[in-house]
Amino acid sequence: MYQCQNYGQCVFEAPNIFHLNDDDKLEHLAEADESERANVENAVDVCPMQAIRIVE
Amino acid sequence: MTEHPVVIVGAAMGGLRTAESLRRAGYAGGIRMIGDELHAPYNRPPLSKDVLSTGVTHEAVAFPSRAETADVEWMLGSRAEAVDLESRSVTTADGTEHSYRALVVATGLRPRRLDFAPTPGRHAIRSLDDAMALRDVLVPGARVVVIGSGFLGCELGSTATKLGCSVTVVTPSAEPMIRPLGELLAHELRTRLEREGVAFFLGAEVIGLDDGVTLADGTVIPADVIIEAIGSDCNDAWLAGTGLDLSDGVLADNALRAVTTDGLAHDDIYVVGDIARFPNPMFDDVPRRIEHWNIPTDTGRRAGAVLGAYLGEGFTEAVATPFAPMPSFWSNQFDIKLQAYGLPGLADEAGIRILEGDLGGEVAVGYHRDDRLVGVVGVGLKAALLPYRQQIAGGA
Ligand SMILES: Cc1cc2nc3c(=O)[nH]c(=O)nc-3n(C[C@H](O)[C@H](O)[C@H](O)COP(=O)(O)OP(=O)(O)OC[C@H]3O[C@@H](n4cnc5c(N)ncnc54)[C@H](O)[C@@H]3O)c2cc1C
Ligand code: SF4
Repeated sequence: MYQCQNYGQCVFEAPNIFHLNDDDKLEHLAEADESERANVENAVDVCPMQAIRIVE
Repeated sequence: MTEHPVVIVGAAMGGLRTAESLRRAGYAGGIRMIGDELHAPYNRPPLSKDVLSTGVTHEAVAFPSRAETADVEWMLGSRAEAVDLESRSVTTADGTEHSYRALVVATGLRPRRLDFAPTPGRHAIRSLDDAMALRDVLVPGARVVVIGSGFLGCELGSTATKLGCSVTVVTPSAEPMIRPLGELLAHELRTRLEREGVAFFLGAEVIGLDDGVTLADGTVIPADVIIEAIGSDCNDAWLAGTGLDLSDGVLADNALRAVTTDGLAHDDIYVVGDIARFPNPMFDDVPRRIEHWNIPTDTGRRAGAVLGAYLGEGFTEAVATPFAPMPSFWSNQFDIKLQAYGLPGLADEAGIRILEGDLGGEVAVGYHRDDRLVGVVGVGLKAALLPYRQQIAGGA
């Protein structure tokens, strides 16, 4: 329900999954390996917009 | 549940993150979370921004709950009144004694209030309940006076204006948000807020709240709603008499262990979130409180890891692990999007200068102490700030 505002905090937590492109837009992989779970959960925690949801 | 759980006082963001981190550190024993609000932990920043203008519900701001903390024992609506460090026990308002094997202090802040007799129409905002009460009165045409011009005051001014209220901000400062932004950027931002319709009384002292807001120079500003956003006080009364250093929040060392006035660190007491005053080697060895949203998460993770090791193994290594969290802050006012990293407030007076962009548009302002970049504030810019963030983290 919250819109990503491209703050890029998630990029620090899970650089393999999230990426800010040259236009300041966030890009992310659609699916993450289980080994990335802790990093993605950390990304959820630090997103100021609380815009990241983990869908199993 | 175990006889002597880890007791976390303050059931909000900092407490929740500590509990999660404790579990990740392998601690499988009892965790009791004592909090005086009735709501499970939720996110506060939207309460002065979008959620205040759309709809204030717990659902809209609640943090997702995780499997790892499903067995946390929640004691909501329960207020800690005292703690006895000798017998290791917290007493709540209903007289119950909660003995603990380790204690986490996560009681955060409350809004400071002006010292005038209570009058109807006065508001302050920290909690969901505060936001609900405020939402009800921010109706189109309402005359709103915001007292205080920090980030919170300016955000509330922006949101109330968007809701159709006519807004005046009254502040003793020379410019809004001047601490920590400095004159240059603060002046620019005021100009932008004025353009959006917010009126400012700068350098103003409030001497009464009876019929509107009365200023020292005799001006009376009529008000239907008065919002006090003049800063916060620490919720530390329950720690009185413990010997902990409560001179500004609760003093902690870099491992977030609570420290006494004699300088002794308690291995079984941790401090997290807005109330924690701890040294951050990214800047120096001076303990500071940082009222930024990332701090409850960073300190909660750290305290959970160290405490988990204390209750498990590897304590010495955990304490010695470096902890230097990057302070980060954002604020949305009208279409102005501010993003800050580091501690701009540490800058020398002459150390504030534009790094790139132009003041009237998108800009990055750098804050230097002894020529070292200690903070950056971006207006509109996002990815462009990341190299500066790197520079702040890198030191020297
Ligand atoms: C309206 C608003 C907007 C904000 N916007 C931003 C922003 O845009 N950017 C940003 O970086 N930061 C922002 N912040 C700051 C950020 O929300 C705080 O840094 C964060 O909430 C601090 O979390 P905490 O867990 O340390 O403390 P708190 O959230 O204050 O939680 C402390 C909890 O302890 C409870 N408690 C207190 N005393 C007792 C007691 N004796 N017994 C039991 N429970 C007790 C309190 O009721 C509360 O639930 C904002 C804050 C507010 C209020
Ligand atoms: S942290 Fe959140 S708002 Fe920021 S880029 Fe990532 S998803 Fe978007």
